[in-house]
Amino acid sequence: MSMELTDKPLITQKAHYQQVAEADHSKTLVGFWVYLMTDCVLFASLFAVFAVLRNNTNGGPGGPELFNLPFVLVETIILLTSSFVCGLVLLAAQRKARSYVVAGLLIIFLLGLSFMALELTEFSHLVHEGNSWRESGFLSAFFTLVGTHGLHITVGLLWMVVMIVQIVRKGLTDPVLRRLSLFAMFWHFLDVVWIFIFSLVYLLGSMS
Amino acid sequence: MNHKLPQSAGEKHVTLRSYITGFILSLATTLAAYVVVTNQTYSKNGIIAVVAVLAVSQFVVQMLFFMHLGQEKNPRWKLLALLFMMGVVFIVVVGSLWIMKHLDYNMMSPKQMQHYMDSQDGL
Repeated sequence: MSMELTDKPLITQKAHYQQVAEADHSKTLVGFWVYLMTDCVLFASLFAVFAVLRNNTNGGPGGPELFNLPFVLVETIILLTSSFVCGLVLLAAQRKARSYVVAGLLIIFLLGLSFMALELTEFSHLVHEGNSWRESGFLSAFFTLVGTHGLHITVGLLWMVVMIVQIVRKGLTDPVLRRLSLFAMFWHFLDVVWIFIFSLVYLLGSMS
Repeated sequence: MNHKLPQSAGEKHVTLRSYITGFILSLATTLAAYVVVTNQTYSKNGIIAVVAVLAVSQFVVQMLFFMHLGQEKNPRWKLLALLFMMGVVFIVVVGSLWIMKHLDYNMMSPKQMQHYMDSQDGL
């Protein structure tokens, strides 16, 4: 391939390298997408466990007694808003508006942090009331499913810190932009998983 | 080098409008599902159906407007991976529920069996 290139004028070479860079970029994104799909399968198995164990409360309280729907709605809206801001960050990154990108990432970080704070508040409240994961199959499945999502959010928060440091130190170079678009996919994906946790676990689980 | 990196495979038309549309539609479906459950106006099966439909439509909305799945060019690897994932998810979730339902039925204690037969109006 490179042998052919030497005969071509410089401008074509440049266009060629550009094509190669873009092809690599989209390959990375597709590869990351495949990882996200396998992560979906992980979540699906946890959803299946929850669905099977949802009535095994071992005589203890179930969803209708334990879930606080307005609280969870606030969590949901926080996460949805952060996913939306993540899209705006990508648009700003395309325009190379560095300060907007950093500001947007900080907003997403704070939204993600408050989401985690709310989730941990809910968890510690449940544990203090004597409804920890050790009490029943239902609670084990609940804590595992929602906790795994929370773990992903925590990883996303770490990733955001790394992205902010990289953007401040290196600027919006092509590798940094690529990582940023991978992060955006990851963050949107976590919101997609949360739709199903909100609808199936909380909303439908709160009906008697 | 002033070329723009595309956001994803073959995406060129990612706009602010698409994110705003996606955000509003997602908010609307979230709130609608919440209201349907808290108001309890429908029957139980009705609520389950409405919430499931709303969850799936929000999934589609976010795939189109946040993940830009509709703008992928051929060959559509992302769509293919997504469809394969959905097949696996379907088998895992529906299969587990199916198997466990049968286990429940076949491994009833005598007391549960009595209760079940009474409820079925048998014997």
